[in-house]
Amino acid sequence: MWDYSDKVKDHFFNPKNAGAVVDANAIGEVGSISCGDALRLTLKVNDDTEVIEDAGFQTFGCGSAIASSSVLTEIIKGLTLDEALKVTNQEIAAELDGLPPEKMHCSVMGREALQAAIANYRGEEWKDDHEEGALVCKCFAIDAVMIEEMVWANKLRTVEDVTNYTKAGGGCAACHEDIEAILEKVLKERGETFDPSAAPIAKPEPVVAKGPLTNLQRIKKIEEVIMSFRPQLMADGGDVELVEVVDKTAYVNMTGACNGCQMSAMTIAGIQQRLMEVMGEFIKVVPASQMPKLVTIEEASHA
Amino acid sequence: MPDIYLDNNATTKVDSAVVDVMIPYFTEQFGNPSSIHRFADGVAKAIKKARSQVQELIGAEHDSEIIFTSCGTESDSTAILSAIKAQPNRKEIITTSVEHPAVLALCENLEKEGYTIHRMPVDKCGRLNLEAYKNLLSDEVAIVSVMWANNETGTIFPVVEMAEMANAAGVMFHTDAVQAVGKIPMMLQDTKIDMLSISGHKLHAPKGIGVLYLRRGTRFRPLLRGGHQERGRRAGTENTASIVGLGKACEMAMEHMEYENVQVKAMRDRLEQGITETVPHCFITGDLNNRLPNTTDIAFEYIEGEAILMLLNKAGIAASSGSACTSGSLEPSHVMRAMDIPYTAAHGTIRFSFSRYNNMSEVDEVLKVMPSIVATLRKLSPYWDSVNNCPVADPEQAFQPTYA
Repeated sequence: MWDYSDKVKDHFFNPKNAGAVVDANAIGEVGSISCGDALRLTLKVNDDTEVIEDAGFQTFGCGSAIASSSVLTEIIKGLTLDEALKVTNQEIAAELDGLPPEKMHCSVMGREALQAAIANYRGEEWKDDHEEGALVCKCFAIDAVMIEEMVWANKLRTVEDVTNYTKAGGGCAACHEDIEAILEKVLKERGETFDPSAAPIAKPEPVVAKGPLTNLQRIKKIEEVIMSFRPQLMADGGDVELVEVVDKTAYVNMTGACNGCQMSAMTIAGIQQRLMEVMGEFIKVVPASQMPKLVTIEEASHA
Repeated sequence: MPDIYLDNNATTKVDSAVVDVMIPYFTEQFGNPSSIHRFADGVAKAIKKARSQVQELIGAEHDSEIIFTSCGTESDSTAILSAIKAQPNRKEIITTSVEHPAVLALCENLEKEGYTIHRMPVDKCGRLNLEAYKNLLSDEVAIVSVMWANNETGTIFPVVEMAEMANAAGVMFHTDAVQAVGKIPMMLQDTKIDMLSISGHKLHAPKGIGVLYLRRGTRFRPLLRGGHQERGRRAGTENTASIVGLGKACEMAMEHMEYENVQVKAMRDRLEQGITETVPHCFITGDLNNRLPNTTDIAFEYIEGEAILMLLNKAGIAASSGSACTSGSLEPSHVMRAMDIPYTAAHGTIRFSFSRYNNMSEVDEVLKVMPSIVATLRKLSPYWDSVNNCPVADPEQAFQPTYA
């Protein structure tokens, strides 16, 4: 059985806003092909204020699909349509204290139903902007379609390339066989052959720092490396910032969807790996929450 | 809260009598059966006894036809890989579209290596077309691998007849019988089955022990080479305690064969009848007249299996589902797809599988909660009309989500 959080179980066993809103004026109906789940979201929108006054769901799906639908209706009630459009699937998952990687698509389905309902209210036609494939990388929840597209778009040739561009395969490495299979297939279509020992293309090669750095230079360099992770994280609704460097330890704040995300430990390990490559020294990356309390000079002298 | 285990096709409880006979082989007779000292004294003898207990359950002619392995999957892999290694010129394999992944995933891999895999389809009741099968048999085929009974629906395939046909065409025949052994009587010496896989934990022996039955004279290439164990056909120090346990479990399965086919079947039948009478819009999948006595697979339309399982679990009842969401892969059950079950029903299939440890009062408990569990979930379903308490008119038309 899946390792569902108590919140997921609670929303499943005691769903909120189940059933259709009777006088709904916005309806969104979406499904996820990867597991056959489907959801109808009905909203009652105030025509003057565009505030969502009521929301109801009907879901054909598993425990986490029902829980995601339930929590979504709770989140959006009382929001304006524009505010509601800003709700990300990570927020839906975070509100449930996280979902297993295989089940993240349940939260995506929730967000899409919301978009579809709002489009329906505004008389627009909602189109899905992504295709979902079989889950390949379970550490970072990357599916086959995504990997295939990146391999095509960036002419990737090796597993390492795929990891550099998508994160897939950067965790436990168990999916490397599947990634190789995708590479084999796409390269064949491109008229090339897959060579597992080929040099990776365009590896974002870090410039290794040379010579002794001043303290300031060193911290700046560390921050630069950490900043380079931000676009990736922000794409997933998260962020990271450097808080402090003490000797060989860099303290970072993981915010947004990264906060409490099951993958954040993996991300921190990734940042640490890159830092060590670039800096050419051992550096430990630790969440700022574990930073020893700062003491002022007076406090220290009283101690 | 009740504690009702109805997932015996997934795995079974180890019988306490089985545990008892195993203990001495951990604590006292822990010696390597190949050693010559008192710690190993009785071990080889105990293995020999277990071998004959397995032999008797499946009706093998010789005890040397029993090879102990680590699990059903290893037995399946050994059988298929042996056949293709021993006959390198034969590049085709015949199997079915509803096999266990232990066979299907291996075949898929062999396909990449250039083998042609014939996956025979099944009809809506899960049955094979033997005429089509006959036409596939040729001297290009290295092996036929067809399960004796399906793990999801319990549907039994006519493997004895199919083995005869393969034999007549000069083709090796293997059957994955992990669900069938111990539940239906068999006499392998009267058949043309060349190889057969057994899994210990499906019949109240521990996990981590299996058997490959290998008919004497069948050409064979080991999967694991090394020591002389199992007459050189499966190297690796024997899992002595589990082998002894499996022997005992086989002996007990033999003793309970009639109970399994009368009393256990009666529990299954009562559950099935009770559910189909009290729950609207559900149906039993598979070949109703030709199934394992302990298995029923019921499709509850318009709702999803994992959600049903979670509510059952809350009520103290353990079962399993062919739904996509209960497997790590998110793939809907290939067995349901192969039988062409509509997806609004395939996702809501629940398998109840009994053992001799169940009783009728447990069946009553399930019957008590099942109607309300289904009703609760249908209230949430977009395919269900809660006001009139029936499916919406023309469900596939009434709800047409945009699929991503």
